[in-house]
Amino acid sequence: MAAVIMPASAGTSPKGGKDLRYGGVHGSRVAPYLFLLPYLVLFLGFVILPALFGLWMSLHNWDFLLPGKPFVGLDNYTALFDSQSVQFEPFWHGMRATAIFTVASVPFLISIPLLLAVLLNRKFPGRTFFRAVFFAPYVLGVAVIGLMWRYLLDPSFGAVNGLLGVFGIPPVNWITEESWAWVSLVLVTIWWTIGFNAIIYLAGLGDISAEQYEAAELDGASMWQQFRYVTVPGLRPVMVFVITTTILASANMFGQSYLITQGGPGDKTRTAIMEITERGLSQYRMGEASAMSYVLALFLAVIALANFYLTRERP
Amino acid sequence: MTTPFTPSSVTRRGFLATSVGAAATVGLAACGSGSSSVPGSNSAPTGSGGAEGYDGPAVALSFWNGFTGGDGPIMKSLVTKFNGEHPNIKVTMNTQQWADYYAKLPSAVTAGKGPEIAIMHVDSVATNAARRVIQPLDDVATALKLSEADFAPVPWQAGIYNEKRYSIPLDVHPLGFYYNKSVMEKAGLDPEKPPMDADAYGTALDTLKSKGVQGHWATPFPFTGSLTVQALLWQFGGDLFTPDASAVLWADEPGVKALTWFTDLVKNGHSPGKIAQDADAIAFQNGKTAFNWNGIWNINTLKEKKSLEWGVAALPNIGGKNAAWAGSHQFVLPTMKTPDQNKSTAARVFLNWISQQSLEWAKAGQVPARNSVRESAEFKALTDQATLGAQIDDLHFLPPVAGIGDAMLEWEKAVNEAVLGTKAPAAALSDAAGRATKILQANKQKYQQ
Repeated sequence: MAAVIMPASAGTSPKGGKDLRYGGVHGSRVAPYLFLLPYLVLFLGFVILPALFGLWMSLHNWDFLLPGKPFVGLDNYTALFDSQSVQFEPFWHGMRATAIFTVASVPFLISIPLLLAVLLNRKFPGRTFFRAVFFAPYVLGVAVIGLMWRYLLDPSFGAVNGLLGVFGIPPVNWITEESWAWVSLVLVTIWWTIGFNAIIYLAGLGDISAEQYEAAELDGASMWQQFRYVTVPGLRPVMVFVITTTILASANMFGQSYLITQGGPGDKTRTAIMEITERGLSQYRMGEASAMSYVLALFLAVIALANFYLTRERP
Repeated sequence: MTTPFTPSSVTRRGFLATSVGAAATVGLAACGSGSSSVPGSNSAPTGSGGAEGYDGPAVALSFWNGFTGGDGPIMKSLVTKFNGEHPNIKVTMNTQQWADYYAKLPSAVTAGKGPEIAIMHVDSVATNAARRVIQPLDDVATALKLSEADFAPVPWQAGIYNEKRYSIPLDVHPLGFYYNKSVMEKAGLDPEKPPMDADAYGTALDTLKSKGVQGHWATPFPFTGSLTVQALLWQFGGDLFTPDASAVLWADEPGVKALTWFTDLVKNGHSPGKIAQDADAIAFQNGKTAFNWNGIWNINTLKEKKSLEWGVAALPNIGGKNAAWAGSHQFVLPTMKTPDQNKSTAARVFLNWISQQSLEWAKAGQVPARNSVRESAEFKALTDQATLGAQIDDLHFLPPVAGIGDAMLEWEKAVNEAVLGTKAPAAALSDAAGRATKILQANKQKYQQ
C-alpha cells in the first residue's frame, strides 16, 4: 500500500522539501523517526515478518501441528508449473477465475464511479443525499451483501427472477450457470463498491480549480472536451491510485464467490485466493499455500508496475 | 508453578501461546510432569477412565461443539443436568458454527486454550487424531466397559484410527426419504404408500409429471445432492474408496449408475436444472415437489411448519441393495497442553454420563448410537427418528483416514458438474477420481510420520 500511495501524493507534496525540513523548526533529528515508529512496528510485525515467515514456510511441507516440517526447497514452486502435480490444476483454474473477474470488473469499477463522481460533483438539490445513497452499500460487510444477493439471485425462489417473471422474462440461472455467475459477481461487486471509488474521484475533482474550466470554456471547449482535457488530466494521480487499488481488490476477490456461487458451477468461479485458503487453512498445507500466494503476489506486482508505467506523467 | 519463562519453554508452540497472551500456560507447561497427554505424545492416559467417578477438588471443564440449531438447547439442558448431579465438576458449553469450530480447535489446542471435551463429526476424527488435536481414549472405553456390542458397529468402528480409539459415538444422522403427502394426494398417489423401490419410484415420478409436478428436485450441492448420490452409489453396490483409502473407486460402474440416475431426474423433467443450494428442500416445504432425500435433522425443521402434510421413510432401494449416507457426532477429548489429572478424570466422567443420556439427545433429531437406547421403547416412540434409525446397519461412513475430506471435495465437484450439466457423469467422476487419487497419495505421505 505504501508503494501505491507514494506516487499519488508525490504530485501534490511541496517542492523543495529540504528547506522545510529543518528550517525554522528547531526539533530533534530523531523526532520524525519517533513519529514513524508506531507504524513501523506494526508494519514490521504484521507485514514484513509474516511475509518473510511465509517465504520460509513455502520452502517446507508445513503443517503447524505436525512434528515434522520437512524442508523441500523449491518443490512447492516447481509443483505449480508441473501439470502432473496435485496443486497444478486447482491453482491455475483459480488464477484463471481471478483473471476473468479482474478483467470483467475493473473497467466498470473504474469508469462507472468516474461518471457518477462527475454527476455528483454538479450542484443540484439533494446532492448530499445521492452521495450517501451510492456510498451506502460499501459500509456493509461482504458477509451481509453475499448472503443477501445469494437469496435475491436464487434461480428458483429469488426476488430478482420473481421480478423478471412479472415482465414475462423466463428465470435466469444467476448463480448456477458459468456465464451468468460471472455477470452476477461483477454486478454485485459494482453495486457494492461503486461508492468508494466515486468518493475518491470526488475528492480529486474538488482539487481541479474552477478557473481551468472557465479558461477552457472561453476557448470554446465543449463539455466532452472539458472532460477529456481538463477533468481526466486533473485526475491523473487519483486515477493511478484508483486503478491500482481496484485491480488489487478485484484480484483478491474471495467473499463474493465464496458466499454467492460457492466457487461453482464446478470450480469455475473459484478464485486463486479461495484455493489458497482451502489449501492452507482447511487442508493444512501451508507451505504449498504460501508458495501459491507468492506466485500470485508476483503477478500482482508486475501488473501494478505496468500500471504505474502506463499512467506515468508524460513530459 | 510460578516458574517464569525458562529457556526451554521458548519453543515454537511456546511462542504461539505467548502471542495469544498465554504466557502463564507456557510456564506451567515447562514444569508439567508425568504427562498423560503431552501434545504429540499420543500415549493413552492411565487411570480409571471415568468409571469410578470423580471426587477430587472442584474443576471447571469447557465443552465445545457446533450445535447451533435446535439441537443446541437440548445439549445445553443435558449439561445443566450433569452439573446439578456433579457438584465438584462444572461444565461450560461453548457453541459455534461447525466451520469456525474446526478452524479454531487446532489453534486453541496448540495455544493451551483448548476445551477438555468436544464433539466431532466422524469423518474429521482421523485427521484430528493424526494432527494430535485429540487424544486416544481407549482407557475410557475399557473403563466404561464399552464395547462394540453396546453400539451400532458402523459408528463404533469409525472412531478407531491407527488401531487406537479416539472417539465415542453419540449419535448417527442418516439420510431419509421425505414425501409431501398433499402433493402426492393431489397427483392421485397414495400418500401412505411412498414408493420404496426403483420401479415404483419411477412410476410415481411419471404420475407426478403427468400432473405437472417435478417430483424430485436434484440439487448439485453437497447438502444434500452429493449425499444422495453417495447413498445411491452404495445401493448400486459400489464404494467411494478402497477400505484403506489407497484408491478411489467412485468412477467405477456403480458410481456412474448412481450419478446418472440422479442427473436423469433433470433430463427426464422430474427436476428443474441448475438449482441453487437448498432449493430442493424449500420446494418440498412449499409443496412444489413431492420427494426429497434429506438428513434426519430435517425432521425438526418440517415439524415447525404446521400446515405441511409430510412423512418420512428409510431411503427407497433404487440400486438393489439397502444403503444410506449418514454422519455421526462423536465425543472426543482434545489434547491438553497442560496435563491435569483432575480435569482429565472429570472429563471422562462427563463423557460416560452423557453417553448414557442419548435418549434425550434423540429428541434433537438424531439416532442414538448406543444400542440400549436405540432399542428402547422410549426411542421407538419417537416415530420419525425411529423410522430412520431402522437403517442403522445399512449406513456407510468414509474410511477413517487422515485428510479424507480433502479427497471428498473432488467428489462433490464431480456431482456439481454433472448435475449442472457441464460434464457427463462418467467423465466428471473419472476426472475427479484422478485428482482425488493424487490427493490421497499426498496425504499418505503427509500423515505417515
